[in-house]
Amino acid sequence: MRVLPYGTRAVLVEVEDLDRAARLHAALLDDPPPGTGELVPAARTVLVHYDPARTDPARLGAALRALDLRAAPAAGAAPVTIEVRYDGEDLAEIGRLTGLTPAQVVARHTAAAYRVAFCGFAPGFAYLTGVDPALRVPRRAAPRTRVPAGAVALADEFTGVYPRESPGGWQLLGTTRHPLWDPSADPPTPLTPGTAVRFTAV
Amino acid sequence: MPSPRTSPSARTSPSPRTLRVIGAGFGATVQDLGRPGHAALGVSPSGAADPRSLRLANRLVGNHEDAAGIEAPYGGLVLEAGRHTTVALAGPPCPARVGRRAVDTHAPVLLAPGERLTVGSPVHGLRVYLAVRGGIDVPPVLGSRSTDTLSGLGPARLAPGDLLPVGTRTAHWPAADLAPERPFPAEPVLRIVPGPRDDWFTPEARTALCTARYTVTSRSDRIGIRLDGPALTRARPGELPSEAALPGALQVPPDGRPILFLTDHPVTGGYPVIATVHEDDLRLAAQTRPGRTLRFRMI
Repeated sequence: MRVLPYGTRAVLVEVEDLDRAARLHAALLDDPPPGTGELVPAARTVLVHYDPARTDPARLGAALRALDLRAAPAAGAAPVTIEVRYDGEDLAEIGRLTGLTPAQVVARHTAAAYRVAFCGFAPGFAYLTGVDPALRVPRRAAPRTRVPAGAVALADEFTGVYPRESPGGWQLLGTTRHPLWDPSADPPTPLTPGTAVRFTAV
Repeated sequence: MPSPRTSPSARTSPSPRTLRVIGAGFGATVQDLGRPGHAALGVSPSGAADPRSLRLANRLVGNHEDAAGIEAPYGGLVLEAGRHTTVALAGPPCPARVGRRAVDTHAPVLLAPGERLTVGSPVHGLRVYLAVRGGIDVPPVLGSRSTDTLSGLGPARLAPGDLLPVGTRTAHWPAADLAPERPFPAEPVLRIVPGPRDDWFTPEARTALCTARYTVTSRSDRIGIRLDGPALTRARPGELPSEAALPGALQVPPDGRPILFLTDHPVTGGYPVIATVHEDDLRLAAQTRPGRTLRFRMI
């Protein structure tokens, strides 16, 4: 674990891999060290805001290293099941890249149990981990300028759903009508970090 | 062009408690102190790029400091009052008039029904702030009335024809009717702290960052300030997995020209951050016009 100062009110805590980052985020939510505030998990890191009147990077580092990261993070919010129409423009390309038929791609994508590792890129865009290693595909060489809202996509070790129309470089598997972003709701997305997710084909 | 958000009936018989937008300048937006606390869901903090100036404008009209006002880059606003309304301008001094009468910035100004406030461009500095007594009362989104230009949360950019509702929540009548104007420095020096990814850069890059002048380019906005100056070269190749970013982050893309993240920045980024600007100096960065230079000093 490395504790990197970020400005004068936050530290970026770096761990070995995505799984450790998820465990660290869960442990911090469960038992926040004194003086800490907002947490922002990402692929290998958790950003930890702190109140400089109450703590400092050295004290925070000691408290962070004392956290027990052996336990797998408990499921946070209720599991979410997302119904997908597997009609994505890149389904054939994903098959070519993985050596699977489109039906096998769909079978493997719906068989896996996913978890929201972190959000980013756009409000409510959740990076879901748990992708079958056989489905690992690179981002498209040229990103699309327009990906429709509800597009279900794959890239590298992640899968996710575009909550609204935006540019994007992930490979498109299909579409869903599951509501994923409502700024008037609290939280505005059901896919908060730690949430368990499954996909079913319709 | 009437705004699609403005109903025809509202346009012909405006409700009294409104400000009508006649001219929206160069991308004016509604801003308050932002919606912090949602970065883990992908939402930028947003809010005024120069929060001190918005807070001052609010105090001058007797609002709570967190009331929503207008942020107008290069000024250029023309607003018409629905009824007696108290407004104040803060930020860089700029010419302003009500009808033909010149009025001061950094002081409350009373508008009579139908009177127009015309805000010119500042000579130094960039973002002019307007507060209205009672605050601009557009519906809050995730606890804030700010326009987030990156994610599209909050009200759209102002457009001629918009009717801005004015609220009724005030603090007290202001204790002062004039605030001293603080000139913006010709070449701001922004305090920085190293990291979190300074070890990705050569010693020469780290030295250049603290000695060279960087020019604010025209490709700068509320998301970030793109800087031109010596390229900051990497000591190590490779990709950085996405990680959280903060306002003030000096993120360095492969071309070596740093981008200084402002308030609408993306909450995660994949380029290494060589240093971070002190939060108290971010407003100076946000007030530096394209074409001007700034410098960094390590603390």
